[in-house]
Amino acid sequence: MSTTNTGFSWRKGIITVIMFAISILFLMPFIWMLITSFKLEKDVFVYPIEWIPKQWHAIENYKEVWVGDYPFWKYYLNSIKVGVTTTVISALLSSLAAYGFSKIKFKGSNFLFLIVLATYMVPSQAILIPQFILYRQIGLFDSLCGLILLSSFSVLGTFMLRQFFMGVHQEFIESAKIDGANHMRIFWSIGLPLVKPAVATYAILRFIWTWNDYQNPLIFLRTDSLFTIPLAMQKFTSLSGEFYSLIMAAAVSAILPLLIVFIIGQKSVIEGIALGGVKG
Amino acid sequence: MMETSPQVIGKLEKPKKVRSLQSGETLAGLLFVSPMLIGVFVLVLLPIVATIVLSFADWNFVQGWKGIDWVGFGNFEKLFHDDQFLRSVRNNFVFLLAVPVYMLISMVLAVLIDRHVYLKSYFKVAYFMPYISSIVAVAIVWQVLFQPSYGPINQVLHTLGFSNPPKWIADPHYALISIMMIVVWTSIGFNMIIYTAGLQSIPKDLYEAADIDGANGWTKFARITFPLLSPTSFFLLVTGVIATFKVFDIIAVMTQGGPIGSTSLMVWYLYDTAFVNLKVGYASSIAVMLFVFVLLITFGQWITQKKWVNY
Repeated sequence: MSTTNTGFSWRKGIITVIMFAISILFLMPFIWMLITSFKLEKDVFVYPIEWIPKQWHAIENYKEVWVGDYPFWKYYLNSIKVGVTTTVISALLSSLAAYGFSKIKFKGSNFLFLIVLATYMVPSQAILIPQFILYRQIGLFDSLCGLILLSSFSVLGTFMLRQFFMGVHQEFIESAKIDGANHMRIFWSIGLPLVKPAVATYAILRFIWTWNDYQNPLIFLRTDSLFTIPLAMQKFTSLSGEFYSLIMAAAVSAILPLLIVFIIGQKSVIEGIALGGVKG
Repeated sequence: MMETSPQVIGKLEKPKKVRSLQSGETLAGLLFVSPMLIGVFVLVLLPIVATIVLSFADWNFVQGWKGIDWVGFGNFEKLFHDDQFLRSVRNNFVFLLAVPVYMLISMVLAVLIDRHVYLKSYFKVAYFMPYISSIVAVAIVWQVLFQPSYGPINQVLHTLGFSNPPKWIADPHYALISIMMIVVWTSIGFNMIIYTAGLQSIPKDLYEAADIDGANGWTKFARITFPLLSPTSFFLLVTGVIATFKVFDIIAVMTQGGPIGSTSLMVWYLYDTAFVNLKVGYASSIAVMLFVFVLLITFGQWITQKKWVNY
């Protein structure tokens, strides 16, 4: 039986069905989470599992999560603030540095890049203590501003975007220089527009990573009103105790916005990871 | 004489201006990279040095600067006799086993999805979902799923005839492996995408040639796909191994290193020592050991890569 590119292949069809079944099993935790978030608390652990809730309690559950005693909308605002600001700053700094390291030939550039490259290997936890001490000294501890700064200087963006800038032909830059443009102008009007898709990919990824970041908020935030979603999620869980339907509604609320961002930018995220990963 | 094109004129004029041009380039270069470099310097490089310095001190946060007591290699001597540290190191090495497991699963999935199914983009999104999901939310969901008596997983296992299913994260013998299973689950998406990209770079005519020679699917996988994916596998192995040394969130949310230290990894022990017990100097020496391990392992992988990576 040969697989041709045109027409339906039974072999391919059967593998698709099997793979689909496996993917459902793979996604089971998400499915269970979603369905549980619609249930009455007493039905959560009913067995055999009710895949379609007999009694719906969805609106009440989500209302409790969003505007109840521990209202999620407040923490959402924090997460959006931190996520958007970090993404903008990080994308800007990374593309500037990436352009500098790939399109400007200057003394010491290789050495400096090597240093940046080496820091990527350092586990972030290994430098937490001095960061913590530093933050307490300069008053950035327990502030959203401090949290934003921490993840704005991630060197990953510099690598990723450098790969893409290296793909921009040097002739573009040289001819612009002959026309009298300085590097800042070249960067804004030629370099950046050419790597825009890569910057978008990085921005989506940075937003996702910042949104999901748990470790930095855990260590650098103390005030409840500053908490971002992951911390709020954990606190909500400990406050709700055994109310699993509410906890699952909170989990859905924590995951859903990212899922939307991801599905919208799906193609560029997956391609970006593939490119950045294999080359990086 | 030949005509002189504008370009040649430009070249002829260059020597006079080259010095100022070059220093102009250096200045521009530094201006472009300095915002990032200053951040990296203050928030990463300085802290690395500070961590190494602090690892020689006996110090507690609450004592203030005057409370620092320099103890030389005292912290490290203590570490080598610290059962919980040694246990954490051992757990970290056990954890490494998760890497080849998810790499293999991801490779098989990538091959199947790339060549043998319809609805490719559905599968990519589906397997990628755990990777983009908030690890705190995911950890909390798994915590409930793993609940020993009434959690859905054990209820299903009961129905399937397992009268005494494991207690998962509540059981010291199963806790680490439960966490590893979740890490495998969350890592498949990323690895699969990278493998899919790796597959694109394998020339199609190799498979056509193999078809002519009458090779079956398995032979093609073993003789073409697997070896030609080795640079990708190498990349994933290096990043995967380093990533296991950074696993923190899931431990912090699900087990806090317990039960009885069975899921304590170096990073968790570091956090616990520094931010719960406030022993800054001792925690810094754990951080230094973490550096050393990551460096040694990366170095070791670079050395051995020649033996099995085909470029």
